[in-house]
Amino acid sequence: MIRSVSTEVITEQIKEMCYEANHYLSEDMDRAFKHAVREEQSEIGRKILNQLQENLRIAGEDRIPICQDTGMAVVFLEIGQDVHFEGESLEDAVNEGVRRGYTEGYLRKSVVRDPILRENTNDNTPAVIHYSIVPGDRVKITFAPKGFGSENMSRIFMLKPSDGMEGVKHAVLTAVADAGPNACPPMVVGVGIGGDFEKAAILAKKALTRDVGERSEIPYVCELENELLERVNALGIGPGGLGGSVSALAVNVNTYPTHIAGLPVAVNICCHVNRHAVRVI
Amino acid sequence: MEKYITTPITEEVTEKLTFGDYVLITGSMYVARDAAHNRMLEALGRGEGLPIDIADATIYYMGPSPAREGRPIGSAGPTTASRMDKYAPTLLDLGQKAMIGKGKRTKEVVDAIVRNRAVYLAAVGGAGALLSKCIVKSELVCYGDLGAEAVLKIEVKDFPAIVVIDRDGNNLYEMAAEGKFR
Repeated sequence: MIRSVSTEVITEQIKEMCYEANHYLSEDMDRAFKHAVREEQSEIGRKILNQLQENLRIAGEDRIPICQDTGMAVVFLEIGQDVHFEGESLEDAVNEGVRRGYTEGYLRKSVVRDPILRENTNDNTPAVIHYSIVPGDRVKITFAPKGFGSENMSRIFMLKPSDGMEGVKHAVLTAVADAGPNACPPMVVGVGIGGDFEKAAILAKKALTRDVGERSEIPYVCELENELLERVNALGIGPGGLGGSVSALAVNVNTYPTHIAGLPVAVNICCHVNRHAVRVI
Repeated sequence: MEKYITTPITEEVTEKLTFGDYVLITGSMYVARDAAHNRMLEALGRGEGLPIDIADATIYYMGPSPAREGRPIGSAGPTTASRMDKYAPTLLDLGQKAMIGKGKRTKEVVDAIVRNRAVYLAAVGGAGALLSKCIVKSELVCYGDLGAEAVLKIEVKDFPAIVVIDRDGNNLYEMAAEGKFR
């Protein structure tokens, strides 16, 4: 059975998610944050985490965005193959949602029309949209506005198969150490291993939207996530990069088959807010 | 150590600031980020003056979100300072004394800090709502066409920041990276 979905509904949902993601922490991030407050060993680290908790309270109560960099809008659309869209083009509908969300929601317009000419579009469009077709008749929207303090510290490494697991760990720890205070720690680290050049990057970005409290179902990946989190925290970067025992809230790793000649590793770094909102229509 | 300071942050003030100090700043400061710095340096390159009073100036690297009605400014946390590294030494040599941002700086900037007895402070990245509440007034100085990247003059009260690089070039981030606080 074909199910019809109006693209106006997509616009309205995206508009609401712009506000939601920029003013409230997702539940998984909230749990991770509270855990971090209990774990942090350094005095300055605890002080920073307390400031960030206070910041979240003010953001929700006074309707001030958690961070002034309200991000470039990244949208994952998982579209059931039995869905038929009615109305304007889906891409236009998503961008209209972003336009309304950012303009009506007092969010910063941080997008320039051309990477070299750099003229602001003044409505934060266009979004970066990733489409995938999945079984079923639902549409899952994941809205993850990405700030560029952390995005700029993200890396891709085209490793050799012989670099193996040690090479992967070295790549992740190198990217995180280089990011340090720039990425607004405690960070969330999204890692994509496998695929090809762009697949690895998308896997890493998607990994950031995974529940930070859940580990991979693949046993060796679960172990890798735990070990990397421990080693990232041992770097001593700490909250705000000012030193401490909580440098990251989670390391989420996603994998995909790859070529016999390659071992791509992408490391997408996110700040302590790691904004993501999810809705299913 | 917690210290209350007021602007202008002059050499007499920076002499009393040491890396790791937690300061609460009251007074006025400029707000400028990438595009505004680029324009200011272009103006200097053409032999024109700067649109701001650079002597003993404090520049906060920031681009706010829009203000709601009745508020002076929107969310107002620091942006990554390294993107201003290309411009900062010139402005420090012209008299700027304090920079507020987040993240690492280049050796050229650290050298310029030491040469001019200046200071680099970090505000907490991602605390834009909290820092917004410390800003009591905001006015446009120039480059309004740049939107969120325009140059502003703001008045702050008890604005929290941490001394990351002091006038002698001591660097708190480097000590954190060496695991001194683990």
